[in-house]
Order: sequence, then structure tokens, then C-alpha cells
Amino acid sequence: MDGISLLTITVLAVFVGFEVVSKVSSTLHTPLMSGANAIHGIILVGAIIVAGRATHPWVLAVALLAVVLATANLVGGFVVTDRMLEMFRGRKPVKPAKPAPEVGAPGQGVPQSETQENTEATR
Amino acid sequence: MILLDPNVTALLYLAAAVFFILALKGLNSPRTARRGNLIGAFGALVAVVTVFFSTRLDNVPLILGAIVVGSGVAAPVARRVKMTQMPQLVALFNGVGGGAAALVALLELPHAEDAWVRVAVVFTLLVGAVSFAGSAVTFAKLQELMTTRPVVFPGLPVLMGAVLLAAVGAAAAVVMGGSLVLALLLLLLGLAAGVLLVLPVGGADVPIVISLLNAFTGLAVAASGLVLGNVLLVVAGTLVGASGTILTRAMAAAMGRSVAGILFGAFRGGSMAGSTTVSDRPVRSSSPEDVAVLLGYAQRVIIVPGYGLAVAQGQHTAAELAQALESRGIRVDFAIHPVAGRMPGHMNVLLAEANVPYESLKEMGEINSEFRTADVALVVGANDVVNPAAKTTAGSPIYGMPILEVADARQVVFLKRSMRPGFAGIENDLMFEPQTTLLFGDAKESLTKVLGAVKAL
Repeated sequence: MDGISLLTITVLAVFVGFEVVSKVSSTLHTPLMSGANAIHGIILVGAIIVAGRATHPWVLAVALLAVVLATANLVGGFVVTDRMLEMFRGRKPVKPAKPAPEVGAPGQGVPQSETQENTEATR
Repeated sequence: MILLDPNVTALLYLAAAVFFILALKGLNSPRTARRGNLIGAFGALVAVVTVFFSTRLDNVPLILGAIVVGSGVAAPVARRVKMTQMPQLVALFNGVGGGAAALVALLELPHAEDAWVRVAVVFTLLVGAVSFAGSAVTFAKLQELMTTRPVVFPGLPVLMGAVLLAAVGAAAAVVMGGSLVLALLLLLLGLAAGVLLVLPVGGADVPIVISLLNAFTGLAVAASGLVLGNVLLVVAGTLVGASGTILTRAMAAAMGRSVAGILFGAFRGGSMAGSTTVSDRPVRSSSPEDVAVLLGYAQRVIIVPGYGLAVAQGQHTAAELAQALESRGIRVDFAIHPVAGRMPGHMNVLLAEANVPYESLKEMGEINSEFRTADVALVVGANDVVNPAAKTTAGSPIYGMPILEVADARQVVFLKRSMRPGFAGIENDLMFEPQTTLLFGDAKESLTKVLGAVKAL
């Protein structure tokens, strides 16, 4: 793609970026920061391309390091954001039946928050 | 393996870019935030799968292995981290993203034949390195591996100037000649600049710097997209760069600061007022039973949670105490400072985790006029966000920061671990006022004792 098209896209993306978070409440500042953080982990695509054309072992090693770092940014970023946002679930008056199907991750901490939620609901 | 036509590839990248925009849009509102985040993750998945099927790639098994290693490290950490340690983890993930962008640019330098592509290379290198090193320092500060106070030494501005000057020189040389050695030097200079940029930032300002570095990484990713001629990286990076800039300004505004003031305030001096000294003025300390009596016979209690509560994992106990008081017919609210915890919105997340009802969480603007009507303000592990010095003492590191007006309450009870000053490193005069009582100890233990005593009333 030629320089002018890329420049056009860049400038438009700047405006979209400004526009899309112009009125966010302070409650969501942290998740939004974390979510934006996850999105720039898409540098993974660049790291994969670089690693895919590496011929020299050193270049390959550095490129693979970049892949590891970018993946950590991407995957970790989305998971952390999701966990933060999961907490906002409790803020609405939750019906006792509702949380049950949401136990998608057989992870730790879930049982605790479940019991908390039940006490909350029966209160 | 090239299975996809270039046009199909371009369309898939466009779809991923749209998903990212929808993700940021969704994160604007609590109702749509979680879905937004999932849409973003899906967009990333589409993009990564696309690159595998549209580009001729060698070393695919190794690349897949590296992806497995990266996810294998990050996902469990992200799953298991305590909510209180969220801010430093966000800083860490941001840093590794910046590092990845810098490495990608470094490896692309030999392929960059155009001078203007090399401009994008040096930009990515420098900004990515600044973001990596700066994030590492913010991580160290938040994890308390180093002091949380501003670190300033006499030659700092000169050193910073010299590093930047050298970086500009090296960058110009790389653009003209494409030297790999000078590019490595530039990388090192970028790392040094990142460290020097964040060292003087203290206390409660650290999260704002994380947000700023987040925007930096976005810009580095966008520039690396220019280097690789990849539109998705350009769009995603620019989106994060632009939205991160707005977010940084919004966060700074929520604390009544300017971004420049946060970064360079410590240089101007004068902000070291009362920086570390713990005075020996007398305070009134009390027992959990006394505090329970104070609370149990009040009509209105406002709980002010802070970082100490978060560290002690006391949010569930605080929620229980609120319930116990409410069952005695006492009105209880939680007053949430925008930066309570350690990041804007952090405390809402923690209390929501403990299932404190939404209506009880009051934001600063809403609750400040109500302290006058409160019998007791119970400050649990907060300090800087209730420090009147923010209004009265020009030159204090927190001067100008909006605070919760707990001084207006009839009685103020501080649950504190010690007299050690808070995150900003300054003493709180409120603790020496006659209406103030202190209960020393770990926030959770103290709350548990108070809760027990309230139930026994």
C-alpha cells in the first residue's frame, strides 16, 4: 500500500480513537486502559511475520522472543480485562439462577464469589 | 502456506480492525464492557489466524511453540493474580508489548530500504524501548520493589537531556545509514530514557503514567505497522495511541493534575514538602470495641475504602460490616475516590467483587456534600485521598487533587496499619484532629474485630 493511503488511514484512526473514548466514566478507566493494552498486543502479527522470514539463528531467536512477549501482552491483556469486568456482574441485582451458566472457567475463586453472590441474593 | 487471496486477507484484517473499534466502544459502558472485551479478543484471534494462512512463513512449529509459551505464562498469571495486584500486571503486559514492538523494528531494519521506513523503524525502537523500561519501573514501584516516592537526583534533568540528545543523534544516523550497531545503541538509550522518565513520578500518579506508556506502545505498534506495510497494525496501534492519550488526560483530570505536571513536576522541586518525616505529635488511638460502639449507635456511616483495604483483601469483611450495620438500621454508604485503590476505578472493581450493592457505591462528587450529615466516616486504609493538604498546602505532592471531605463528618475513624505516610509520602493532619480516632492494625484483621464487636453489641 502506498504512503498516502497509509497516512489517510492513520489520520482517520486517530479520530476514531479520540471519538471512541471521549466520554468514559472514571469507573471504567482501569478496564478501558487494560482493554486498550490488550489490543496493542496485536503486534503479535508483526512478530509472527518477522519470525517467519528469519533465516539467521540469532534473528530467529530474537523474533521468537518478540512472539512470546507479544502473546503475553495479547492473551494476558484480554484475560485480565475480562476478570476485571466479571466483577461488575455483582453490581446489578443478580437473580440466583443467573450466575450458574456463567461458570465457563473451572478456575479458582469462582466458588467463593458464588457463595458471596448467594448470600447477597438471599439477604 | 498461502491459502488466502490478498484481497481476502485485507478484508479479514479490516474485520479485525472493526472488532477492535467495537471493543473500545463497548468498554465505554459497564453494560457492554465485557462483551466489548470479548469482541476485541475475537478480532485478535481472526488477525492471528489470518497471518498464518496468508503469509509464507518458515519456522511455523517454533512460532507456534513461542505462542504456546507466551499464553502459557500469561494466561495463568492473569487468571490468578489478586485483584489488588491488577495495576502492576497491566503495566507489565504493556511493557512486554512495547518490548515486542521494539524487537520487531530492530529485526526489520536490515529490510528497510527507504529512508522514511527507517524513520518508522527508529521511532518504534525508541518508543517501544521507552515503554518497556518505563513500564518495568512502574511495575517495580507498584509491587513495592522500590520506593513509591519520586526519585529525583541533582543531575537528572541534565542526564535526561543528554540521553535524549544522544538518542536523536543515533536515530538520525540510523535513518541515514541503517547501521545495526547504532540501532542497538538507540535501543539502549530508549531503555535509559524510559527509566529516567518514570523515576521522578511518585505515588498516586503512577497509574496515569501506565496509561501514558500504554498510548506510547500503541504508537510504537502503529509505526511498526508502517514498517511492515501492515494496515491492521497501523489501525490498531493508532487507535490505542489516540484513545490512550484521551484516557491519560481524563485520568489526570480526575485527579486535578496535568500530564506535564505529573511527568516533570518533581523536576521543579518544592514537591518534597514533608516528604518522609513521621512526626511524634500525639494521636488518639482506640480499641475495636470502642469503634464498634461508635459505629453501632450512629445513624449514618460512610466507609472510605483505600489501598490498605485492598492489600489486606478486606473488601469482603468491609461488605459484611456494612451489612451488619444496616441490619441495625444504620445507613451505610461507600465513598469511592476516583483513584482509590491504585488505579481509577480499581476500588469499584474490588467492592463489586465483594458484592457491595451498586446503590451503596457513591462517587466523590455525589458523596462529598453528604459527609456533613454522617456521624462517622470510617477510613479503611486510605490516606492521600482524604488528606486536606490537597486543598490547603501548596507545594504538597498531592496539592490540587480532589479529595473526599471526611473532615466534615462528626467523627472520623482511621483504620491504619501504622503512622507511616501513604503512597504520596506525606503526613495527614486529619489524624491529629480532636474528632479523629485511630485503630492500628491490618485492615482486614481490624475490620474483623470491629465486625465481631458490632455483632456483640
